[in-house]
Amino acid sequence: MRIGVLALQGDFAEHLAALARLGVATREVRLPADLDGLDGLIIPGGESTTIGKLAVDFGLIEPLQAFGREKSIWGTCAGAIFLSKDARRQQPLLGLMDITVERNAFGRQVQSFEADLHIPALKEVDPSDAPLHVVFIRAPLIEQVSGDAEVLCALADGRIVAAKQGHLLATSFHPEISGDDRFHKYFLRLAEPA
Amino acid sequence: METQVATFEVKAGLAQMLKGGVIMDVVTAEQAKIAENAGACAVMALERVPADIRAHGGVARMSDPGLIEDIMAAVSIPVMAKVRIGHFVEAQILEYLGVDYVDESEVLTPADEAHHINKHDFKIPFVCGCRNLGEALRRIGEGAAMIRTKGEAGTGDVVEAVRHARTVLGEIRRLQTMADEELYTYAKDIQAPYALVKQTKELGRLPVVNFAAGGLATPADAALMMQLGVDGVFVGSGIFKSGDPARRAEAIVKATTHYKNPEILAEVSRNLGEPMVGRQVTDIPQEELLAKRGW
Repeated sequence: MRIGVLALQGDFAEHLAALARLGVATREVRLPADLDGLDGLIIPGGESTTIGKLAVDFGLIEPLQAFGREKSIWGTCAGAIFLSKDARRQQPLLGLMDITVERNAFGRQVQSFEADLHIPALKEVDPSDAPLHVVFIRAPLIEQVSGDAEVLCALADGRIVAAKQGHLLATSFHPEISGDDRFHKYFLRLAEPA
Repeated sequence: METQVATFEVKAGLAQMLKGGVIMDVVTAEQAKIAENAGACAVMALERVPADIRAHGGVARMSDPGLIEDIMAAVSIPVMAKVRIGHFVEAQILEYLGVDYVDESEVLTPADEAHHINKHDFKIPFVCGCRNLGEALRRIGEGAAMIRTKGEAGTGDVVEAVRHARTVLGEIRRLQTMADEELYTYAKDIQAPYALVKQTKELGRLPVVNFAAGGLATPADAALMMQLGVDGVFVGSGIFKSGDPARRAEAIVKATTHYKNPEILAEVSRNLGEPMVGRQVTDIPQEELLAKRGW
């Protein structure tokens, strides 16, 4: 199995390091040809406007959409925005997931935070069901899921921070910078070729 | 749900999200929009770009809060702003405004010739300049959550940016060859906290994100710094002092992503128009060098 990490801008190195810790072969994806032969793709945190613009300029939008129709993609933060159908402003999106996101929903950097989240789906990779410690950085919220998308995790007040739609995942937060690799393991199970 | 704000991980985390990107100096909301549309991952809001600060002379201070707020309102990407070295009240003002990152910068006239700001006191993260590993680790010891090599701002001459990046990265490489018992003396020699020296050796890199700054003016300059091993780049005067800022900004963003791809670097370097008028660092009198500010 080989997993790609979109390396246009953002914390792709942190995702590559997490995948390496789990013994998975990886590849940085900057051009459409880099997608060949991958079993799954992670779109990292970063600035969604930067990632979207570079994806348009280097002809990645359609190849990424085609990839996502067949294979697993997980977007963290900016990646989740990029996967969404609607980000409530004009910017390039893949539109693969039936989710509406609100950018910088918690506010500016002073409002960024760490939290322990209970994510029931992680029981598939860790029976202990222990909370996942994650970081939210100028994070988006998933305002709404529709169609085939389902909620994977919500905060106590009901606000959605993780969603799943078939083999596609979107998280508002960054498991890749807190050193707990269970969410990566969960993604790898989705990405595993049948 | 229990949440923690303003932890070091949260502060350093934003810098991690900026990696592989270009942070651009802007002096108006209009320029900030141009930068965002060109793919900047953040903007640095200031009244005058370094080249104009050099030309203008006099004391350079924190920008007008009204200007910074205009720029914050104009773009959705993170906004940084500069304070004078040691001027913790300017930093308190920027924290109140809610900027995303504070640059305690040698480009402005220092307010304290002995002490930098105690950055642990603040909820907002700080980026600081350095010329070598000791200076980088002193700033991190004071609470900086991001480092940039200084270069020589406002010159369009990349030579100092290269010198400082090579110095920091070369010192880290040498540190990794040292025996653990040698680290105590090494920490003393470079005047850096021992714990951070040890951590840097273990990580094989600075404990926080490290960008290059000071004198970058072309896509090739940005790619050069990325190939040397920095995490991203600041471009100050190089964009809005050039003939076609929007086009140059976009080209530098593309070059920072595809820094190892000569075909794309050639393509984006074509027909860029006039670069900023450079000033060779060796022609600048020693006492006018900005990089020497900071201790």
